[in-house]
Amino acid sequence: MNTSVVTSEKQSSTKQKIVVIGNGMVGHHFVEQLCLSAGAQDYDITVLSAESRLAYDRVHLSSYFSGKSAAELALTTPEHYHKLGVKFELDAKVVSLNKNDKTVTTAGNKSFSYDKLVLATGSYPFVPPIEGNDRQHCLVYRTIEDLAAIEHSARQGKVGVVVGGGLLGLEAANAIKQLGLETHVVEFAPQLMGVQLDKSGGQLLRSMIEDLGVQVHTEKATKIITDGQDCNHKMEFADGTHLETDLILFSAGIRPYDNLAREFDLALGERGGIVVDNHCQTSDQDIYAIGECALWNNFIFGLVAPGYQMAKVAAAHIKGEDKQFTGADMSTKLKLMGVDVGSIGDAHGKTPQARCYTYENQVAQTYKKIVVSPDGKHLLGAVLVGDTEDYDSLLQYALNGIELPEMPESLILPSLLGEKPALGAESLPDSATICSCHNVTKGDIITAIDEGNTELKQLTACTKASTGCGGCSALLKNVFETELGKRGVEVKKDLCQHFAYNRTELFHIIKAEQIKTFEQLISKHGSGLGCEICKPTVASILASAWNDYILEDAHIPLQDTNDIYLGNMQKDGTYSVVPRIPGGEITPDKLIVIGEVAKEYNLYTKITGGQRIDLFGARLEQLPEIWKRLIDAGMETGHAYGKSLRTVKSCVGDTWCRYGVQDSMSMAIFLEERYKGLRSPHKLKFAVSGCTRECAEAQSKDIGVIATEHGWNLYVSGNGGMKPRHADLFATDLDDKTLVQYIDRYLMFYIRMADRLQRTSVWLENLEGGLEYAKSVVIDNHLGINDELEAQMQAIVASYQCEWKTTIENPEKVKRFRQFVNSGKSDSNVQFVTERAQIRPAREEEKHPGERIPTIDITENRPV
Amino acid sequence: MANNKNWHTVCHKQDLIADAGICALINRDEQVAIFLINNEQVYSIANWDPIGRANVLSRGITGDEQGEIFVASPLYKQRYSLTSGHCLDDDSITVRHYPTRIENEQVQILA
Repeated sequence: MNTSVVTSEKQSSTKQKIVVIGNGMVGHHFVEQLCLSAGAQDYDITVLSAESRLAYDRVHLSSYFSGKSAAELALTTPEHYHKLGVKFELDAKVVSLNKNDKTVTTAGNKSFSYDKLVLATGSYPFVPPIEGNDRQHCLVYRTIEDLAAIEHSARQGKVGVVVGGGLLGLEAANAIKQLGLETHVVEFAPQLMGVQLDKSGGQLLRSMIEDLGVQVHTEKATKIITDGQDCNHKMEFADGTHLETDLILFSAGIRPYDNLAREFDLALGERGGIVVDNHCQTSDQDIYAIGECALWNNFIFGLVAPGYQMAKVAAAHIKGEDKQFTGADMSTKLKLMGVDVGSIGDAHGKTPQARCYTYENQVAQTYKKIVVSPDGKHLLGAVLVGDTEDYDSLLQYALNGIELPEMPESLILPSLLGEKPALGAESLPDSATICSCHNVTKGDIITAIDEGNTELKQLTACTKASTGCGGCSALLKNVFETELGKRGVEVKKDLCQHFAYNRTELFHIIKAEQIKTFEQLISKHGSGLGCEICKPTVASILASAWNDYILEDAHIPLQDTNDIYLGNMQKDGTYSVVPRIPGGEITPDKLIVIGEVAKEYNLYTKITGGQRIDLFGARLEQLPEIWKRLIDAGMETGHAYGKSLRTVKSCVGDTWCRYGVQDSMSMAIFLEERYKGLRSPHKLKFAVSGCTRECAEAQSKDIGVIATEHGWNLYVSGNGGMKPRHADLFATDLDDKTLVQYIDRYLMFYIRMADRLQRTSVWLENLEGGLEYAKSVVIDNHLGINDELEAQMQAIVASYQCEWKTTIENPEKVKRFRQFVNSGKSDSNVQFVTERAQIRPAREEEKHPGERIPTIDITENRPV
Repeated sequence: MANNKNWHTVCHKQDLIADAGICALINRDEQVAIFLINNEQVYSIANWDPIGRANVLSRGITGDEQGEIFVASPLYKQRYSLTSGHCLDDDSITVRHYPTRIENEQVQILA
């Protein structure tokens, strides 16, 4: 690019000329290191890229298949390089290097002279010398062009094979699986990810990946690839077996791109790689090599982080600073096809006399191993498969030489008996690396806080910590909060960044100021647009306070998907339909209608734990028609989607049962009719039992009622679910009227006071004064608010409407349920298969391939 | 594939829901989630949630994070920037972002 004007020619005579060959992630990092430092104006930088585009994010290459475009993967743009004053040439493969004249020449026959030359030529995928490896649909996985070719090839086939079961190979397997192909991995070694994992870890990884539908073949050496019968290719293996496939991806390791050095006489390693010293200098003092083409201490680092370190070292050395490359940590944590995998340091326990602790849980499918020093004091390595929760703290132990606790095994054992020994932020030395992507230490974070960055956002912006892989975000937050705590800064408990209040405070504001919409609330008491935390919280408060139709235009944007579409969203984006069946009592006629609707719309049908019928698999656009049928038959919404009253479970009581002492059925129906539609901080469940045999399991419910000889016993704040809690006895032998009064007051008190998404059980446990205080309020009117609580409940009861009835009667609201605003089609990704004579969502590998992945035009935004 | 992109007219401005999303179909099988924010700005990103693996982003709650306008997926709540498609909760993920405009009250998407 000989476009320099005269003035810059003059300047350039005093500037040092730097030529960088290669514009991958490492080459680009080098350019940034040099340009963004003081003294950048002293350098005249030219970048020569053999590819047709500037640097892009190769680490996240596979996200291309989940919709990321080439432009979005880009690490820089022509404009950015112009702004930095960096000249660049694309499609400029360097073919000759003259060390004496200090020039390089490209295939286009352009020459560039340099004072310092940086080789960042990277590596290329190794394709094993198998006969037939150059057939059509035999590809590699390295560049954006490779991905486009894979996508193209995958559309024409059904089966794909990846040769190589290392880290990249498994990524590639995930990619072709996402493209809808039957996927196989063929590995020469006896296990997967042999570099990072030990045998047991590799085995578990294999079984987990096989469970996901990828077939793994180990100890297979491919002899020849020939024509297949059913597929494009037939791979014949040394053991006499074979495999047919349409597409083959080679991912059997990398080889350094060192041919320039090879042809023009720079020192090379025995098996390739350009030899560099601790300054990343090659055998020629004016030529540096960094990244995957460089061989340091007889080792090639195939990860980006060490490459970045080399880039920094080389840039520093050119600037005259003495920084050294002394090796790099090869620990990794990643998710492969949804399986968590982590490897730290000496994973294989090769250190003499090292000792291992392993923990394997075949039920939970987790495997953990730590390798410790002979004296048991230091962590040398670790392997984690299926659960990498401990990765961050283990890495800190390993990298910073922190002394291990007395029983190192406690670091990987499940915390059955109390907490694990936590590696507190306190115990880390200031030199501890918190973010290894950007090499940010605890000391850097402390400095940043002292410079006034007292919000996590500011901190990540200025240090870049946790903006790489994000794996350190929990640790970063821990360090941040500990350091703030030390400085006496209060950690805020606000609802979110839009409101400096908690839910209870917002409830009082809304009631006191008669606020009817989110808009009014945020403009008066908040800031910004709101978010997924405050919007549903405020929607719930508004509903508890005023009980408007929740699909009023002003309320629509506040609702979670379940509320906005009045159904429960399931994993595939379809919804479930649950008609209300008060007390579990239903006529045969209504049962028949439910059955007919389920049959007509082919819905999966199940009786719920709360005595109702769940109909699954309704597409968005089918919901209004389905509900019209149910409402015409006299049913109404069951609010199965809302943070509201779900069911009142019941037994038949003294009407039918030999033991019943009260009419529990009538009471259950009465309570369900009374409180249906009530919006609350968390969903609510009730039950009424007709005697102490407790067939309705009332003591595990938010409100439990149990019949006695003399009336009703009221139980409160019980909880099934994840954290079960037995309900507390609140009052005994109540008559019908008092029972309802107490429930009115108790529920409304909870709705006013509780935190966002707080269950009645947790609320009661956190309530100052606990059960006794709640009793004093509800029974003894200690706060004098009982009339108010009852009146508020009465207003809710009186303003009840079936939201589905209101919705289907309004054509404008029905429109909201269209899948597409401009087409009557259905979502082609919603696909079902039949199991036990009913539908269920199709798994990824059962779906018809092709259509669902958006195709991306890879030529867009190509630099010109 | 061609380099040409077209403005697709998908619906009337009145079909949009203030501060919430709708979904449109373009290019035969491409689902686009369209959002009207503050009654004036209109944004579009792919409807496909790459984490939940379903076409649902148009049905999420919108909001802002320090001024960055986003939609939170209704499945697992990851937030996606409406101005870039970038996932605010997972740096490695970006969904496609489409330039969008309102011309003569018609909503148009460039793709």
